[in-house]
Amino acid sequence: MRPISYSRATAVADAVAAVAADPTSDFLAGGTTEVDLLRQNVLLPRRLVDINDLPLTGIEDRPDGGLYIGALARMSEVAEAPAVRERFPMVAEALVLGASAQLRHMASMGGNMMQRVRCGYFRDASSPCNKRDPGSGCGALDGFNRGHAVLGVSEHCIATHPSDVAVPLVALDARIHTEGPHGRQVHALDDFFLLPGATPHLEHPLEHGELVVGIEVPGLAMARSSCYLKVRDRESYEFALTSVAAAVDLADGVIRDVRLALGGVATKPWRARRAEELLRGAPADIGAFRRAAREELAAARTTPLNAFKAELARRTVVRALATLTGTEHAS
Amino acid sequence: MTTAPAVGRPVDRVDGRHKVTGGAHYSADVRPTDRAHAVLVGARVPSGRVTGIDTDEARQAGGVLAILTHENLPGIATQPPLLPSLAGMPAPGQTFFPLQDEVVHYSGQPVAVVVADTLERAQHAAALVRVTYQETPSVTTVAQGRDDAYVPDAIFGGFVPGRSVRGDVEAGLAAADVRIDATYTYAANHHNPIEPAATTAVWDGDQLTLYDATQGVAATQLTVAALLGLSPSKVRVLSHFVGGSFGCKAMIWAHPALAALAARHVGRPVKLSLTREQMFTSVGHREEQEQRIELGADKEGRLVALRHHKLSPTSPFDDWAEPSLGVASQLYACAHYEGVYRLFRANTMTPTFMRAPGEASGMFALECTMDDLAHQLGIDPVELRLRNYSETDPTTKNPWSSTGLKECYARGAERFGWHRRRPAPRSHRDGDWLIGYGMAAAGYPVYGPNNPQRARARLYADGTAVVQAATPDFGTGVATVMTQVAADALGLPWERCRFEGGDTALPGIAAAVGSAGAGMISAAVHTAAARLRDQLVAQAVADSQSPLHGADPAAVTVRDGRMMLRDAPATGETYGDLLHRNFLPDVEASGAWSPSPESHHYGMMTFGAQFAEVAVDPDLGVVRVRRMVGAFAPGRVLNPKTARSQLMGGMLWGLGQALLEANYMDPRRGRWVASGLGDYLVPVNADAPDIEVELVDVTDDIVNPLGVKGVGEIGQVGAAAALANALHHATGRRVRKLPVTIEDLL
Repeated sequence: MRPISYSRATAVADAVAAVAADPTSDFLAGGTTEVDLLRQNVLLPRRLVDINDLPLTGIEDRPDGGLYIGALARMSEVAEAPAVRERFPMVAEALVLGASAQLRHMASMGGNMMQRVRCGYFRDASSPCNKRDPGSGCGALDGFNRGHAVLGVSEHCIATHPSDVAVPLVALDARIHTEGPHGRQVHALDDFFLLPGATPHLEHPLEHGELVVGIEVPGLAMARSSCYLKVRDRESYEFALTSVAAAVDLADGVIRDVRLALGGVATKPWRARRAEELLRGAPADIGAFRRAAREELAAARTTPLNAFKAELARRTVVRALATLTGTEHAS
Repeated sequence: MTTAPAVGRPVDRVDGRHKVTGGAHYSADVRPTDRAHAVLVGARVPSGRVTGIDTDEARQAGGVLAILTHENLPGIATQPPLLPSLAGMPAPGQTFFPLQDEVVHYSGQPVAVVVADTLERAQHAAALVRVTYQETPSVTTVAQGRDDAYVPDAIFGGFVPGRSVRGDVEAGLAAADVRIDATYTYAANHHNPIEPAATTAVWDGDQLTLYDATQGVAATQLTVAALLGLSPSKVRVLSHFVGGSFGCKAMIWAHPALAALAARHVGRPVKLSLTREQMFTSVGHREEQEQRIELGADKEGRLVALRHHKLSPTSPFDDWAEPSLGVASQLYACAHYEGVYRLFRANTMTPTFMRAPGEASGMFALECTMDDLAHQLGIDPVELRLRNYSETDPTTKNPWSSTGLKECYARGAERFGWHRRRPAPRSHRDGDWLIGYGMAAAGYPVYGPNNPQRARARLYADGTAVVQAATPDFGTGVATVMTQVAADALGLPWERCRFEGGDTALPGIAAAVGSAGAGMISAAVHTAAARLRDQLVAQAVADSQSPLHGADPAAVTVRDGRMMLRDAPATGETYGDLLHRNFLPDVEASGAWSPSPESHHYGMMTFGAQFAEVAVDPDLGVVRVRRMVGAFAPGRVLNPKTARSQLMGGMLWGLGQALLEANYMDPRRGRWVASGLGDYLVPVNADAPDIEVELVDVTDDIVNPLGVKGVGEIGQVGAAAALANALHHATGRRVRKLPVTIEDLL
C-alpha cells in the first residue's frame, strides 16, 4: 500500500481547509469503498483527512415533515430511525437492502453519495478507464458489461451508479448540503450526480475540499406510501440489477401524484420523470404502468450482455407500482 | 460398565473452540523472529514476453530486501510431472514453474517477487515494479479455441483416457426409439476458501521448514524438495490449521517454493500470502466447458446408447480436464457408450480439482438430459432412474462394493414429499410464484491411495493416548473423527485421546483429496490403534502379575481403558495398572494400511439422490430455492455432525454452481473479469434454503477397514441438476447453462 499521511479533523472548517490546501488529499469517512480502492491503487491520494470525529451524525426533524440527515450518520442508524421508517419507508428499505450488515454499520450517508462505481475495469488499475484515467478509453463498452448501465450512458462510460439509497433520495428531491472553501452550498440531488458524457471522471459538481455535511429530505406526504424494490442475483450483499423507488398518491383509482426513480440501470440514480409525467392523472392499472415503464426505458442503449436489464427494469417498475397500488399483476 | 463406541456419535469438533476464539494459528499467522514478507507481481498480459523489468523505483521504496525476477532467481532443479496428490508423489498443480525465463503464458503468471520487511512495504514496492511486455495474440475462451481442439491420450495426470468406448454407440443411437441431443455450457469456477493460500518459509542451515496451507503436507514436501533439488529429509512441512480448500490446496503451486527461494535469498524467514485477487490466477480453477450429450432410449426409458463429449481449455503445458465423464458413464446400465474429452491450448494456468471435480459438471449434463427423457416419455423421474439402475459397474461389469442408491431414491423422495409432484411443468403455484420440484441422482468414486497410509498410536501410563498421522485438517473435521476412531480401537473414551497431524515428521499420509481422507486415514489410525491394543493385551496375558495372565488374547476386550475377559468382566486390569507395574511410561505401535487387492474386483462408488424445490417469479426471473433434500449412502458415518456439515456444504455448493458461481475471460485482454468476492458471487445465508440430509446406512467390507466411503464431494453431485430440473418443472423452460441467471428466465 502506498505511504499515505493521515490526520483526524475535529472541526468541519479544519477538515475543509486541510483537504483544500493539498490537491493530493482526500476525506476519509467510513472507508468501506475508499480503503479498497486505495489498496488496489485505483485511488492515489497522498494524504487522508479522517472526518469521523466531526459533529455530523444526527437525524433531525424539519418543520415541513422532512429530515436533515448528517453526512456521518451510518446507513444502519438511518435505516432504523423511526422517522425514516414511518415517513420514508422507501429510504429505510433501500438502506436495509444495501451492502451487508457490517458495511451498513461502517458506511456513512455522505460517503454513500460519494461512492465509486463497481465497474471491474474501473477497479482494475491496469485496464483502460475514462473515469479513472481520462482519455484511456472504456474497457466496459465492448467488454464484460452484463451489469452495466443502459440509461444515461455515453461512448465514454457505461458504469452503473451503485447506490441503493440514492435512488429513493433522488425521487424525494433530496438536497445535498456541503461546506467548502467557498462556504456552504446546497445541491439538488439530481444535479449532484453528473452524467458521464465526455467527462466520466467528473462525478459531482464539487470543488476540491468541498465536504458533504448533510442530506436534506423535504417532507412529502405520499412518501409514507412508498416502496423500494430491488432485483439482484443473490438475496443479500449484492448490488441491484434493477431497482425501483416509488411513492404514489392514489385517489379513487387514479394516480394524483407519483415519484419514481430507478437504480442499477443508469449511470446515475435515475429519476423517471417521463414515466411520472405519464402516470400523473392516469388510472392505477397495469396498462398505464406498462406504458410509463416502456416510455421511460425507450432511451435505453444496451449491449448484448445487458439487454435484459431494459426489459427487467420495465417489469420492475410495473411490479413496484402494482404492489404499491394494490393492483393485480398478471404473470 | 459399557462405554458406547465413539464412532458414529456427533462429537463436537475438537478444534472448534480454537477456531471461534482466534486461538487457531494458520500458516500466515506463524511469526518466526525477523519474518519478512513476499508479494508476487503477476503478468498483466496473457501471452508474450517480458521485455523489461524496471525495479529502480521499487528498490528505493523503504524496507525492500530483494526483488526476484527471471534474471536473478535460481533455476529450479527438476520439474516433477503432474500427478494427482492422492498418488503420494510430488504433485505440482502444473508442469510449469514461473520466473525461469521471459515468456508469459497466462495473465497473473508471477513475473517478480518483492520481499520487504513489512507487508505494506512489500505491497507498495510490488506496485512500483514496472514490467514491459511484447504481447502476442491469446486464446482464453471456448469460443476462440473450439476449432483447435484435439483429443488427448489421457487427462488428469494420465489417469483418465481421452476416449472411452463400450459397444457401438452409433448403432445404439440409430436403434433407439427416443433420442435426445443436448449441449450444456458452463462458466469457469474458482474455489475461494476464506483462507487464501499462504506459506511461511524458515531456513535453519540447509534444513527448510514450511508452514503451508495445504491438503497434504507430504505433497508440499515432495514437490518443493524436487523443485529445489533438496532431499525430502531436509524439508519439513507443517499445516496445523487450514481455512478451507475445496481443491485449490490439493495440488502444490509455485508459491511454497517461491517462499522458500525468497527466504533463502534474503536470509530471513519469509511469509508469502496470496491476495484474494491472486487466488483467481495462482491455484487453478474449474475450467470453462461445454458438454454435449446424445442419449438414446427405448420406449420404456431404458438407455441403449450414450455419447458424452466435453470441450474445454487447458494450459500450454498440461492435458488437464476435470473428469466430467466418469461417474456419468457408470451410473446407469447402458450397452453402448462413447466418452470423449477434447482440449485446446489456452492462455490460462492448468485447471485443477475443484469440489466434485468433474462429477458436478458431468452429472449436471446427464441428469438434466435424463429429466428431459422422463418428461418426453411421461415417466416419473425417480421411476426412470430405477429402470436404469445398474447392478454392476457398467464400465467393468464388476459388482458394487456396496450401493444404497435405490434406498437413497426412496428415502429422499419420501422425506421430500415427491409424491405431491404433478408431472406437468407450471402445475404448482404459490401466489405469484411458480413452484417446481426436481431431482437427480448422485455418485462419487471411492478412491484408494497408491501407497501405504501410516499412523502411530501411543498410550501413556496415565491412560491417555495420542495418535499421529501427517494429514492436516483443512476444515473437514478429520482431527475430531480420528480421535473417535482411535478411541474405539484402543477401548478408551474419546476424551482421553488426542489426534496430532499436519506435520511431515509424523507417519505419512497422502493428501486428503477426492473424498478419500476419512477412509484412508481412519484405516491407518484404526490399524495403528488396534495394533497397540493387541500389543497391550498380549503383554497383559504374558504378565504373571496380571489378573489376565494366561488368558486367550481373543477372549480379552477393552472398555474405558480396562482390559477384561469378555465373559468374566470382573477379571481384568487397566492399561495404567499394566504400565505402572512394568515401569513403562508409555507404549507405542505403528500401523499401515493399503487398499486390498480384492478391492480391484469391485466397483466402488458413493451414491446419493438430490431433491429440490424452487420458486420462480416469472415476471422478474428471480429464483428462490425453498428446500433441498439429499439422501446419501456414504458407508460408515464416523461422526454424523461433521458428516452432515460436509454434505450440507456440498449441497450449498451445488446451489452456488446452479445459480451464482461464474467467472468469464475477457477475450480481448485474456483476463478474468471477476477478481474478488464482490464480483464472484457465492451463496450467502439469505440464499440458503432449508436443507435436509438423510443418511442411508450401507455396510461396505471392501473399501477400507471401517467401510468409510466419504462425504466431501457427493453432496454437490447432482444438486445443480436437481435445481435445474426443478426450474424446468416450475417454468417449462430448460436452461442448459451454468449458472442459470435471471436473464435466462425472463
